[in-house]
Amino acid sequence: MRSRAAPLLATPAALLLLAFNLAPALVALGLSLTDHRLAVPAIRFIGLANYAEMASDPRFWNALANTALYAAIVVPGSVGLGLVLALLIAPRRIFGGFYRAAFFLPVASTMVAMATVWEYLLHPSVGPVNQVLVLLGFTPINFLGNPATALPTLAGIGIWEISGFNMILFLAGLGAIPRDVYDAAAVDGAASAWARFRYITWPLLGPTTLFVLIVTVIRALRLFDTVALLTQGGPAYATDVILFRITTVAFGYLRIGYASALTVTFLVVIVLLAFAQARLSRRVHYA
Amino acid sequence: MKRASAILAHAVLIAAAAVFLLPFFWMLLTSVKPTAEFFDPRRLLPSHFAGLEHYRRALTDVPLLRFMVNGVVVCGAILALQLATALPCAYALAKLRFRGRQALFALVLAALAVPAQVPAIPLYLAFAHLHLLDSYAALILPFATSAFGIFLFRQTILAIPDETLHAARLDGCGEFALVWRIVLPQAWPTVGAFAVISVVAHWNDLYWPMIVIVSPELAPPPLGVMFFRTAELASTEYGALLAGGVMITAPLMLAFACAGRVFLRGVAMTGPGRSPF
Repeated sequence: MRSRAAPLLATPAALLLLAFNLAPALVALGLSLTDHRLAVPAIRFIGLANYAEMASDPRFWNALANTALYAAIVVPGSVGLGLVLALLIAPRRIFGGFYRAAFFLPVASTMVAMATVWEYLLHPSVGPVNQVLVLLGFTPINFLGNPATALPTLAGIGIWEISGFNMILFLAGLGAIPRDVYDAAAVDGAASAWARFRYITWPLLGPTTLFVLIVTVIRALRLFDTVALLTQGGPAYATDVILFRITTVAFGYLRIGYASALTVTFLVVIVLLAFAQARLSRRVHYA
Repeated sequence: MKRASAILAHAVLIAAAAVFLLPFFWMLLTSVKPTAEFFDPRRLLPSHFAGLEHYRRALTDVPLLRFMVNGVVVCGAILALQLATALPCAYALAKLRFRGRQALFALVLAALAVPAQVPAIPLYLAFAHLHLLDSYAALILPFATSAFGIFLFRQTILAIPDETLHAARLDGCGEFALVWRIVLPQAWPTVGAFAVISVVAHWNDLYWPMIVIVSPELAPPPLGVMFFRTAELASTEYGALLAGGVMITAPLMLAFACAGRVFLRGVAMTGPGRSPF
């Protein structure tokens, strides 16, 4: 039966998705082929010139490399930590709720407030972290002020921020493994904790792990808040990541056309990952 | 053996939890410390309670209450609009047959893959053209519906038995009333989880407000504190800054304490790639 009410029910949401999501994405694609500048009425079609510029722009490659390095630290760090925490928490009969809440709290907290705290904790002279380092006989580290340590420091904050999220996903994955698989394995001689993990938990958790990995990569590529709050892309462009570069080019240099080309490139990477995720979640579904 | 490993696991977990919670303790502790003791490493605990001064300053020198009111207005309006548009759409997708249904679902999936940062520049230009920059409308409208919400509600509504819906229709219930009187109560746990996720995401959002808002009186909490931060950091006004941090984080912490279970269930259920975090 065809419904007469359906179009009315669905239209508001459909129009909003088109107006605020897909149409602007297409407009960005169009703008990326122009030399548009903010507040300048003249606009010229310049073909792929922005993309050609991007290919030879050292700042773009630097931002790409920084984003990749950030992801290369945060993804294994937070996925690994999330898995270990979930494995430790799942069998606990007491304090389970407390642990879940404690590790999840950074996910829900306001990064602006927490960045202020991290800035203080990591301060080169008065920060408690460096005071402990000095007490232990090390030289203090200018975590956020040194180009060599700034990005890894942001990655450390990133791991703190999102491990709890991955932990919750792994806990859900662990909860879906039937108990009797372990009982059967015990009969077959897989008795040690390591054997149980290696031959049961790890393979059965595979789809969850792949899923968490892709989700975390997408998240890492969207790094912005801590950069904007703590380093402004510095020192010496050491923490200039792709979203921060796009914002700087668009609203600092007012180069809308070039910023749109960067945005389109960013979108292509995210969409490829989203496709991979869709394929994998189908596997999760049927697993 | 089993007991020993359980004790070891608790020890590791408690130590790790202490590290994870340290920044929160530090924020709370510093917000009540006298200014002179901030940078004194020998003083972990404050010699006397100086919180009133910092919190008073955060509320009077900075329009913190205003930021929070802005946050409530913006998050409330976004959530109301999202529910009003996403729930009927999800119901139509899940339970009704109509021309264009496949295309609509494809639209939702496509929108899911586009991160909020991608439409930002064209939307900024459009709002500038309409003289709507620096307004509540600019903060709210781009998020008036949620592809994530539609997707999530559709999954839940698929599980509602058709008999329930038919029975209501036989009683004379129209399709619009059906969404709010039958579907909403049935989908309540999902709606609750979505509500918490949406509010947390938009309360904490910095990227979009930073692009469209310049007036402090319209800033949501994160942007407001950022204005205040750049203005105050030089004078080492950490106390008031952290008191402000405690106050803007507190509503989320309270919500989490009350609805943590719903929230975590929602996160686990939804698959976060699609969540706005």
